[in-house]
Amino acid sequence: MAKLTIAELRKIREQAKRSRNLREGEGKARITVHMGTCGIASGAREVMDALLTAMDERGIRDVLVTTSGCAGLCSHEPMVTVEYANTAPVKYAKLDGDKIVRILLEHAMEGRIVKEYALAVGSEKMS
Amino acid sequence: MDINFRSHLLVCTGTGCVSNGAFEVKKALEDELKKHHLEHEIQVVGTGCNGFCERGPVMLVQPEGVFYQQLSVEDVPRLVEEHFLKGRPVEELMYSPTERDASIPLMRDIGFFKDQVLVALRNRGSIDPEVIDDYIAHDGYIALEKVLTSMSPEEVIAEIKESGLRGRGGAGFPTGLKWGFCRRSPGTIKYVVCNGDEGDPGAFMDRSILEADPHSVLEGMTIGAYAIGAEHGILYVRDEYPLAIHRLEVAIDQARGYGLLGEDIFGSGCNFDVRVVRGGGAFVCGEETALMASIEGKAGRPRFRPPFPAEKGIWGKPTNINNVETWANVPVIIHRGADWFASLGTETSKGTKIFSLVGKITNSGLVEVPMGISIKKIVFDIGGGVPDGKEFKAVQIGGPSGGCIPAHMKDTIIDYESLAKTGAIMGSGGLVVMDETTCMVDVARYFLEFTQSESCGKCTFCRIGTKRMMEILTRICEGKGVPEDIPLLEDLAERICDTSLCALGQTAPNPVLTTLRFFRNEYEAHIHDKRCPAHVCRALLTYSIDPEKCTGCTLCARKCPVDAIAGDRKEVHVIDQELCTRCGECYMACRFDAVIRE
Repeated sequence: MAKLTIAELRKIREQAKRSRNLREGEGKARITVHMGTCGIASGAREVMDALLTAMDERGIRDVLVTTSGCAGLCSHEPMVTVEYANTAPVKYAKLDGDKIVRILLEHAMEGRIVKEYALAVGSEKMS
Repeated sequence: MDINFRSHLLVCTGTGCVSNGAFEVKKALEDELKKHHLEHEIQVVGTGCNGFCERGPVMLVQPEGVFYQQLSVEDVPRLVEEHFLKGRPVEELMYSPTERDASIPLMRDIGFFKDQVLVALRNRGSIDPEVIDDYIAHDGYIALEKVLTSMSPEEVIAEIKESGLRGRGGAGFPTGLKWGFCRRSPGTIKYVVCNGDEGDPGAFMDRSILEADPHSVLEGMTIGAYAIGAEHGILYVRDEYPLAIHRLEVAIDQARGYGLLGEDIFGSGCNFDVRVVRGGGAFVCGEETALMASIEGKAGRPRFRPPFPAEKGIWGKPTNINNVETWANVPVIIHRGADWFASLGTETSKGTKIFSLVGKITNSGLVEVPMGISIKKIVFDIGGGVPDGKEFKAVQIGGPSGGCIPAHMKDTIIDYESLAKTGAIMGSGGLVVMDETTCMVDVARYFLEFTQSESCGKCTFCRIGTKRMMEILTRICEGKGVPEDIPLLEDLAERICDTSLCALGQTAPNPVLTTLRFFRNEYEAHIHDKRCPAHVCRALLTYSIDPEKCTGCTLCARKCPVDAIAGDRKEVHVIDQELCTRCGECYMACRFDAVIRE
């Protein structure tokens, strides 16, 4: 290890920010991937992999990814729930590796709901 | 980089959890995650003591905040498959206050954690103590950066003074003032020392800090050294703390590697390095002059003060000694500011205090609370009260140098002055809870036995006076006490306090004095009535059989190890008082409550 300068110290702190956000449960958005048996069977694992890879490639540090069980609409899996800042959670249905990246970039990062993939409350479906 | 991880499993690897198999659980988690190809998604992190030792091994799942407890290797396959693969948290492994209560999934909702305020323990359970980058990520060395780039030593001392930080080792001397004495003391070679000779029975605060966050202590010491003008640091830690010493040594190596210890730190011209000195585990070496003698390789015995360590310390050089918890508070005060720190606590006692909560308490463990919190809140809200429906009787605060505070004074608040008023002391933070089955004479004897055997023997009254007090207390517990014993105890106590050189002797009689003050009736019952109200002192108990309740089942007679119980089947049994050794076997065995204990 070489002697650190203050700039390098700050860099370590910045790089480890994602880890810190994770451990403190803090982030500007949270994406919950529904990983019930139905979700996994219809491709939730691929959605998860695509999501994590996209975050890694883009160096996204303040979006939290968690898993939960079946969301109750097995025919619409794979599904995720996105909570952006303090706004109401939005459920997305019938996702794949490309759709989740768009949701990540537009909803989780910018706060714009991706209406085409969203499952509107009270209606049958939108997609 | 760990950016790919979506979840961190923070497994407590403090001493308590480790002794319950935390390392095995951690290994099993890693293996099981690999089996499910989740090892690049979910990271397992071993942290320092989480505090909830009662329920160990414990683990926090982040970012969800789900808290699992009492984990075993056998639980791991199900946990990984259900929670980490399928996203279904496992309720049976969560905490519930009693078996009848519903389980509480999130750590922040659990009563034990809710009222705690973490300052010195700010990183406990959230960083891996053996990874310096983890500490840096959690604002580590940010205070050192601030100090070395923008503050003069005088400004650092002023900031610490303003924060109101007082020594957490027990006496509560203002830290900034202490630093100022040492700074002004003439000399080019000066030492700063971390006192990690934690010796109170049942206390493990300093140990947990060193195990959970060693860099916070190193950073605090470096800041102190800069303020004082010292280049040499010594961490005096007792050899009984192998995990703490190991993590400290790892931390020191890493800090040196990054140039955070050593010469010309951050190119500021500030030089500072530390070494660990292992203590032999003598209680008296927590006293600063004895500690310095021990570091110099001499027998650990106190000497007269003055000269104070700030003038003539280790090898005759100016020395500043602070306790582990005090040092751990320093970086956060610098980083967040004196005003922030001073906003916590009471008029005279600022910040927080760590206590190790032990004894007759539901949630034993390590807690950090703001100064000013009441004893009631610690015992009942955080500690969950006394188990098994027993009645809360007293707390012993401050270890063997402290005193017993009775239940009726449970509204007493935690601050240096309020505790001193009761005859107890803040001490280093041992908090032993007692219930109705604790005999206060016996407790006083227990603590005095400890200080008596730890007395270095230098002062006559501490050496012989405590011995005599021990003999008197033993006599009282054996039912051989005489009325003159109480004034004799008080007289001896006063003389020991007045004529001992160091705090060990000066405070040794405290447990006796406070129990005499608040539980005098128990002493009198032992002496006058030959009765132990808590039914602890064996010599004062009698067992007899209630003829109304006895069914003649013969169980007690079969259990009795000395054949002191006579009686035929279906006939009332009788205990022969001459033969009875008062072991209590019959009392515990009887299913009809027919054995009477008095």
